[in-house]
Amino acid sequence: MRRYTDKTNAQAKSYHTDRFYQVPQTPKAAVDSDEIFAADYKSLSAKFDIKDAYIEIGQLVVIIDPKDNKEVMTHLRDKCGYTFLSEMSAMDYLAKDGEYEIFYQLLAMKKRKRMRVKCRLKEEHAIESLYDVYKSADWAEREMFDMLGVKVNNHPYMKRILMPEDWEGHPLLKTYPLVGDEAGQWYEIDKIFGKEYRDVVGPENRDTKRIDPKDTKNFARIGHEVGYGEKPVSKPDHAYDEFQEEGGVPLITRFTKENQKTLKERK
Amino acid sequence: MAQHKVNYLQEGGLPVALTTVDKLVQWGRSNSLWALTYGLACCAIEMMASGASRYDFDRFGTIFRASPRQADVMVVAGTLTKKHAEFIRRLYDQMAEPKWVISMGSCANTGGMFNTYATVQGCDRVIPVDIYLPGCAPRPETLQYAVMMLQKKIRRESAFQKLKPKRLV
Amino acid sequence: MQTPNRLQPFYENLVFEKEDNRMIVNFGPQHPSAHGQLRLILELDGEQVAKAVPDIGYLHRGMEKMAENMIYNEYLPTTDRMDYIAATSNNYGFALAVERLLGIEKDVPRRAKVIRTMLLELNRIISHLFWLATHALDVGAMSVFLYCFREREFAMDLMEDYCGARLTHSAVRIGGVPLDLPDGWLSNLSEFIRNMPDNIADYEGLLDQNRIWKMRLEEVGTLTPEDALDWGCSGPTLRGSGIAYDIRKEEPYEIYDELDFKVPVADSNDSYGRYKLYMAEMRESLKIIKQCIDLYKDTEPDLMADVPQYISAPKERVMTENYALMQHFVLVTQGMRPPVGEVYVPTESPKGELGFFIRSEGDPYPYRLKVRAPSFWHTSLLQHMLPGHYLADVVTIIGNLNIVFGEIDR
Repeated sequence: MRRYTDKTNAQAKSYHTDRFYQVPQTPKAAVDSDEIFAADYKSLSAKFDIKDAYIEIGQLVVIIDPKDNKEVMTHLRDKCGYTFLSEMSAMDYLAKDGEYEIFYQLLAMKKRKRMRVKCRLKEEHAIESLYDVYKSADWAEREMFDMLGVKVNNHPYMKRILMPEDWEGHPLLKTYPLVGDEAGQWYEIDKIFGKEYRDVVGPENRDTKRIDPKDTKNFARIGHEVGYGEKPVSKPDHAYDEFQEEGGVPLITRFTKENQKTLKERK
Repeated sequence: MAQHKVNYLQEGGLPVALTTVDKLVQWGRSNSLWALTYGLACCAIEMMASGASRYDFDRFGTIFRASPRQADVMVVAGTLTKKHAEFIRRLYDQMAEPKWVISMGSCANTGGMFNTYATVQGCDRVIPVDIYLPGCAPRPETLQYAVMMLQKKIRRESAFQKLKPKRLV
Repeated sequence: MQTPNRLQPFYENLVFEKEDNRMIVNFGPQHPSAHGQLRLILELDGEQVAKAVPDIGYLHRGMEKMAENMIYNEYLPTTDRMDYIAATSNNYGFALAVERLLGIEKDVPRRAKVIRTMLLELNRIISHLFWLATHALDVGAMSVFLYCFREREFAMDLMEDYCGARLTHSAVRIGGVPLDLPDGWLSNLSEFIRNMPDNIADYEGLLDQNRIWKMRLEEVGTLTPEDALDWGCSGPTLRGSGIAYDIRKEEPYEIYDELDFKVPVADSNDSYGRYKLYMAEMRESLKIIKQCIDLYKDTEPDLMADVPQYISAPKERVMTENYALMQHFVLVTQGMRPPVGEVYVPTESPKGELGFFIRSEGDPYPYRLKVRAPSFWHTSLLQHMLPGHYLADVVTIIGNLNIVFGEIDR
């Protein structure tokens, strides 16, 4: 029988997990425990439908519906003082729930408080762009689309930003392997030399442990060159010993191991 | 790394009989290697440091030129990504013969620690390389050593080789 | 003599049948003053920039995806390569994020905190010196490049004495620092900070009242405070527009709340103000290091947090005690398992607000790691800031914004 491999998640997995291991959670506090956050939550919940809210590691986390994201962010920026969008991105929960979890990290400078707004977006749906609320969302949304495939509406310039324009696939999805799929691995050879060249160059060497000192087909050791594929010779290592040729180079300062000068202290 | 044919016996690697003209021309070429500023990532900082005050590069006759048309040696310092691979090939093609390539650092040699979808596993998949320089990031003294090795290699070659494409056939 | 390949000259997405006479210039990914691999497609109206489209991604190495396949401690050297000019700041940002997620932030011993603060401020000086060197080189003052690199070599010697590497340090671990200061390090450091103010005065003497420098930097790259907040600027770029927000003061971490230092703010909104800000910040960093040197001798010699569930024991115990060795083995091969949850921790790196967002599902590998790199947001600012300036100012602005591509593309 073949070993069961989880095709939905192509990332590395831990080789052993204790069967009886209970995973702890980070401590989450109720919103009322902090006055400023309680006030923000109150003003927010009066207008919008909030699915959940708690304080985790000193920051307020509010979970909303993805349809409201633009109104919620406008409210937070204008009424609650969160004028700075620190970060925004998404997480891939497609295998588990079929949804992306998008988060926006905000900072209120006058109050010195940070909060996070999260929402769950179904794979087929699209989310409204926040370009009109915070200009910095421009590139962050492009990156979100490029890396994860999250569709964004009404964005001024939705194109791939980190990967090349004609890249296929969204790299940060869990189904995308770390070393890339076939199109990804041959991308540069196909683009520069064409598909016929794949055989000439050969596949990438992704085996990080491969060392071959006797390889004379691909490399030549300086001073010990032999023909293609012949056995490597082991001559005394004069080529490496000396920085310059035996007799020195005309008009150039002679530099040998003997006349090197080592500074004893820093100048 | 790429698996392409390297036949040093045919490509002037072993010491051939050098005439005085050969030696003179190659002496001149080796002592005035003008480098193309091809710093891509962290190794670029070490390349800059080796060109700065403490580890001076100018004493080798090396000047960093920005244009590939005026450069002899391309020091690929840093990670080559797939998005950039096309441009490094273009720049290599734009350099005039004779030209050499030093691949500096693990990322340029083999892709380094970035065993990912977006990294070319070694710049020798797209351009032919003369000297590989390991390290992450290699110290400036190591880069100077690589340049001296390249100078030695140049002085061993014959000056007027029939221009044939190197390695990558 | 060209090996035949498929590359033809091409001009992508650019239309040449235009009615106006704007020229399209490609400030390509390989450029001596592009500070890395920035590709700017500029539409020039004469000498003025009418539109600028920055194109990034030429150094995208997939670091966020790597994090999902590596254990937390294994990922630390990768964070070095993000902002490769001040590597310890990234290591520290990541270590702090994981420590907050685990809840062991207060268990980090005092000596580790003092050493970390010293390293962070030393990295700040290294980064600002590099900024000044490359910025001056681009604008044309080439000798400043050589002077700054000379000081930078001394600072990198100090870092090398401590952790063995000049550029990619990994000097900070999750839970503390791995190494104690070597003998004589503190006296070398004291000598360095004794000589530094004179050197900073040298650079200021060369550049401050220099007519060419002032003409090229004043009124160039003006950034109003509202724009700065809107576009997500932080660090010196934000403080150069008058908003005094420094995470070391407002949301202090390590021992910053005990140290006495000022946060310089400029309100001229332009590149010259930011330049003065960087010089002032270097002096403040020297003050901080001096205070840390005095604090060091009162600390107990503990270097790593004592939390056996997540952190290995110190080497002497691992080599002599059985259970310490077993736990160390499990933590290194399997990796430690943090609680389920997410955390976002901002720190003040020399470039701005460097934040790490880590979402953990209880596995030894993070479920999602997102790095909030300050240079990413500053580069997106370029499309707003460049139109209206001349072509020569483009180089000044890019240099002044202090962007490094390892961070932007990750």
